[in-house]
Amino acid sequence: MSSEWPLWEIFVRGQHGLNHRHVGSLHAPDAGMAIRNARDVYTRRNEGVSIWAVRSADIAASAPGDKGPLYEPANTKVYRHPTFFDIPDEVGPM
Amino acid sequence: MKRKDALFEFLLRMGDNTLVLGHRISEWCGHAPVIEEDIALANTALDLIGQTQLWLGLAAEIEGKGRDADALAYLRDAWDFRNLLLVERPNGDFGKTLMRQFLFDAFQSVLLARLLRSSNRQISEIAEKTGKEVAYHLERSSGTVVRLGDGTAESHGRMQAALDDLWSYSGEMFTGDAVDATLARAGIAPEPRELRAEWTATVGSVLASATLMPPGDDFAHLGGKTGEHTEHLGFILADMQFLQRAYPGAEW
Repeated sequence: MSSEWPLWEIFVRGQHGLNHRHVGSLHAPDAGMAIRNARDVYTRRNEGVSIWAVRSADIAASAPGDKGPLYEPANTKVYRHPTFFDIPDEVGPM
Repeated sequence: MKRKDALFEFLLRMGDNTLVLGHRISEWCGHAPVIEEDIALANTALDLIGQTQLWLGLAAEIEGKGRDADALAYLRDAWDFRNLLLVERPNGDFGKTLMRQFLFDAFQSVLLARLLRSSNRQISEIAEKTGKEVAYHLERSSGTVVRLGDGTAESHGRMQAALDDLWSYSGEMFTGDAVDATLARAGIAPEPRELRAEWTATVGSVLASATLMPPGDDFAHLGGKTGEHTEHLGFILADMQFLQRAYPGAEW
């Protein structure tokens, strides 16, 4: 068994934020301590109202080598960008 | 005993506990075994110093002799300090620091819950303000005590040794005197002995989860509450007060 604590990715929902945002990573022996460590490392100045902790090992990530196929489609398809609509104010942030 | 004198004495006890413990754990800053714990301990130290400002600020106001919280913190000598002997115990290893923190947090949380109903409004307001911080301190220190106690053979051994060493300093928390009796009659603060059952229940259940055995011996070291301290307090004060003593009134 490794004597190193596992790494956790920490997500915090800010006071007025809509979504949890990734704020950084830290080490902790288990989920409970990861939340508490996150509280002490990232939220001590009223930054957040909710914390998620996810084991870094459980995150599936895209490979940097796949950048082209994944993110660089041909830019000639203007119809894929819905910029022709007026968004009503009541919708709020999108 | 006059109620005002008793109240001043009580507030010094509250403020000196948080001041001395806050200073003690600030000694870990930059030295804790992992950075997450380093930050957490420094946060707790800052919370405790903030609480000290409230308790000693009110003490100075009650005393009414023109002193403020800073004067009480920096310009009194060891025999005028009223903190429990427990909080001036040396840090020892990390486990011992957390065990001391846990025993104190459990006491402070039981005491503050009672002070919420104090007949003195300023005291109940401070209890309300500091209660949330202390609830978190207790959650954190009890979590660490369980993980280290029920951890490896090495960490278990160290936590049991810490408990054995500190246990005889826990009895002072529940030993009352004329100050406590005066305040209890006025409904300002509870008699310390009334806090023991709840403290024992909290501490007992955490220690059981941590697979640690509280020593059966009830011997208690006494003296801190009345100004008779161990040799350790003088060294803490030398560190903490040097600047104000050498350069009176210095600000930065």
